[in-house]
Amino acid sequence: MSTYDKSMALTGQPPKALNTGQKLSTLLGMTGLAILLLAIFNVNFPNKGLWLTISLLAIFVGVVWFSKAAYGHKLKGIKNDGVWFKSISSLGLLGWLAGIALTGFYVVLYFYPEFLGLAAEGGNTGVIALFDPLSRLLSGNPASQWFVYGTLYTVAILAFGIKFIWKYRHNRYEVVRTISVVFFQTAFAFLIPEFMARLNGSAVLSGGKLPYYDLKNMWPLNYNNFEGYRIKDFLTSGNIGLGLLIFGVLTIFVISPILTYKYGKRWYCSWVCGCGGLAETAGDSFRQLSDKKVSAWKVERWVIHSVVVFVTLMTIAVVSSYLKAGGYWVQVDGEKQFIEYWLSNEAFLIGTFALLTLIFGWVMLFKRKELKKDAQYGAIGYFVIILALVGFYFFNGEGNILLFKTASVKKTYGFLIGSIFSGVIGTGFYPILGNRVWCRFGCPMAAILGFQQRLFSRFRISTNGGQCISCGNCSTYCEMGIDVRAYAQKGENIVRSSCVGCGVCSAVCPRGVLKLENGPLEGRIDSNQVLLGNDVDLMDLVNQK
Amino acid sequence: MEHIVIIGNGIAGVSAARHLRKLSDKKISIVSAETDYFFSRTALMYVYMGHMKFEHTQPYENWFWKKNRINLVKGFVNQVDHANKKLILQDAPEIAYDKLIIATGSKPNKFGWPGQDLKGVQGLYSKQDLDALEANAPNKDVCNRAVIVGGGLIGIELAEMLRSRDIPVTFLVRESSFWNGVLPSGESNMINEHILEHHIDLRLETNLVEIISDENGRAKAVTTDKGDTIECNVVGLTAGVSPNVDFLKESGIELGRGVKVNRFLETNIEDIYAIGDCAEQHEPIGNRRPIEAVWYTGRMMGETVAQTICGNRIEYKPGHWFNSAKFLDVEYQTYGWVFAKPPAKKEFEQHFHWRHATEKICITVAYHKDTKKFLGINTFGIRMRHEIFDRWLTEERGVDHVVEYLKDANFDPEFYKHYEAEILAQYNTEFGTHLQPKKKSWKRIFGKASATV
Repeated sequence: MSTYDKSMALTGQPPKALNTGQKLSTLLGMTGLAILLLAIFNVNFPNKGLWLTISLLAIFVGVVWFSKAAYGHKLKGIKNDGVWFKSISSLGLLGWLAGIALTGFYVVLYFYPEFLGLAAEGGNTGVIALFDPLSRLLSGNPASQWFVYGTLYTVAILAFGIKFIWKYRHNRYEVVRTISVVFFQTAFAFLIPEFMARLNGSAVLSGGKLPYYDLKNMWPLNYNNFEGYRIKDFLTSGNIGLGLLIFGVLTIFVISPILTYKYGKRWYCSWVCGCGGLAETAGDSFRQLSDKKVSAWKVERWVIHSVVVFVTLMTIAVVSSYLKAGGYWVQVDGEKQFIEYWLSNEAFLIGTFALLTLIFGWVMLFKRKELKKDAQYGAIGYFVIILALVGFYFFNGEGNILLFKTASVKKTYGFLIGSIFSGVIGTGFYPILGNRVWCRFGCPMAAILGFQQRLFSRFRISTNGGQCISCGNCSTYCEMGIDVRAYAQKGENIVRSSCVGCGVCSAVCPRGVLKLENGPLEGRIDSNQVLLGNDVDLMDLVNQK
Repeated sequence: MEHIVIIGNGIAGVSAARHLRKLSDKKISIVSAETDYFFSRTALMYVYMGHMKFEHTQPYENWFWKKNRINLVKGFVNQVDHANKKLILQDAPEIAYDKLIIATGSKPNKFGWPGQDLKGVQGLYSKQDLDALEANAPNKDVCNRAVIVGGGLIGIELAEMLRSRDIPVTFLVRESSFWNGVLPSGESNMINEHILEHHIDLRLETNLVEIISDENGRAKAVTTDKGDTIECNVVGLTAGVSPNVDFLKESGIELGRGVKVNRFLETNIEDIYAIGDCAEQHEPIGNRRPIEAVWYTGRMMGETVAQTICGNRIEYKPGHWFNSAKFLDVEYQTYGWVFAKPPAKKEFEQHFHWRHATEKICITVAYHKDTKKFLGINTFGIRMRHEIFDRWLTEERGVDHVVEYLKDANFDPEFYKHYEAEILAQYNTEFGTHLQPKKKSWKRIFGKASATV
């Protein structure tokens, strides 16, 4: 179809052009980034604490000032003017450059931290050294590349969170939700783990040390959570350690199912989660870039559910491999002591087997109607694979998952999913594939919560009778690539496993058609919803299948 | 195989095609000169504003049509030859049909203003109008000012569009207040204020006299009946629309302002039907106008005519009236009938109006002054649940019931402020009643009609 040559028609013009405030604030923010860049190239700043403060403040103030310049003088309401004209947000040159820069950053972060100045021996150099003062202030330890990343991540969520709130100040759902993600990132992901590190070796932990633990980051998003070294750390850190281990199990098996039942997976994905937090704030400018085609949806379903199967198998193998050892060694008063696990490998495998069978059975018996044919086949296929492999493992038990060593499976997962997918592609590709690539195609947590959201939750997006005019704003701004309009124009509620409940479809709807709500299960998924305003007899006829 | 040909690929024609396909295996063709694929006309404004690309306004992916065996023909129909059951197209081969559905929509009104056909003068209805606007008003340097003539829904949309590119806009409105032929005065006044807030130069009770041409045949200014001359580069004519039926003048198909149809959407010629904006009912249905240029009615007529053509001849029977729009930042919804002034507003119709002290939020509830029967509601800045109002209208609830149970009808996003208590407090003061607001109840909302008692 024809498109206009916007870039020619609108050069330097509103709504594409930046006003003076936006230009100056961009300059300020870039100055902050430039300081970090100089540090990367080993410019040795004399007073690191001061320069780090200047840099972070410049970035933070730059973003907040930019927001004020962009939205402050305008009346409250939807602020999407020029989104598809701006190079950064419409796959233009700036978008690609930003994508490449971010991707490069992630590659260095994950695979070449020494370029950032990480030193195994002796003091840090480069940008990591710049962050040492802050790290020492919080946890007492020198910084790592992850501390640098975590700090920048938090500053980004904080600053762009303020931008998002400014942009959506007319919408209290968005305001409250954003305050929530900013809080969980700052407190749970950033500060608490650093403070927890201060407890290491203290009496409250019985002299033990806690593993790094972002409390809201549950398995399987935190795929390492039940690894042997962490379990040992938990078990040797007194009641607090044991409590945290129990909390880790409860979060995925008890707390999250209850909350997802009551509120849908949004309670996590767009209210609490750190990945979601960054996507909703710093990534908000890119939400319209997600692919809405049916073909993308088909790819999404297979990829994301394969990741769940992958992580499940890997975790079973990892847990089983240390359970098989029967226990672990600790130093007590200078003597080595063997502590036995109370859970045997056999019990664990049989238990897992039973749990998976139970879930599969429940779905097939009670929810089969709600799954499409290919989803049923997929479910059966995955189930058979998991059981076969678990069974194989049980009877064979050589530390292999089928033909592969547990350790190498773990490594592969960490590389492919943990680093490449969630980091490099998931965030690096924001300006190219949209801000929820990871959440949509890769996150196993999102898949599990989504599975429950689709089948057993009170959450839905209600469609308001016959008011839809098929304009397409909802679909365009859905970061998860859901074709919201396809449902809304039929008068059907939107009950999709991928929906993270960000609420933006409802916000951008010009006719008040969409409402996120938690209501009774009965009638939640109703593909025969009437398009109101019609003659009732006609609706009966139209709904005949 | 019977060949059903539809002229027009808007919501009415496409709804008809989709439902014909659902119900039958007939051969279906859609002819359009406007675009290759169906798009949402109401979304054109967002393309100019940069909220969406044009592709985003297309509700179905391009493979949809082939998959559903709906044959798309690009071409302009010059003539309908009903004696030989064929269409004569400009620059394209003739098309033979067994049954014909006319769904050609509307065109912007022009009232014979001097200069109305100059360059830079345009309406806003079609994809071509959008393209023209992109050429006429790409930015504020090329277009130093635009004048919009006609204070209705399209006029305010056009103003919003131009303002998104910082183009100064003068808005000529014939009436004493914006859209006050439809909106009661409280609401109309609130929108006046909102228009001014957006730095739009609103001129009420002002008519266009003439559009003045420059030496190249391009509009350079307009004069008004107030004696003002306003320099401008673009003139938007948005004084309503009328059926796009000129090509049928010699066809023998009975025309009024639109294509005359009976309740079965049949024209005077056998096997020819008309639906959507271009259809004109012989007799108005209820309080409706004989021509309804509304998205939803186009869709409903499409669904209805598909039934009839597939052997289940049924009348077009629209349910309770509803509509919605957005005035700049203020959303508007209406359910049932709220009339602004006589003659539409009958002597028995009375209004209860509530407006927020500072925000652009208000409602107007119409009721029968003797029986207190609820007639309709307009809401601004509060979303309402269609299903609940549709039910209340069917059940012929009283106005007391509506204000008492208003929480059931609220459709605003979660965490929004609620105004039901404030509304009810004012209602109690005005009517001397002591009603208490009822808590929202899922049981009532999703229950059957009887559960609401």
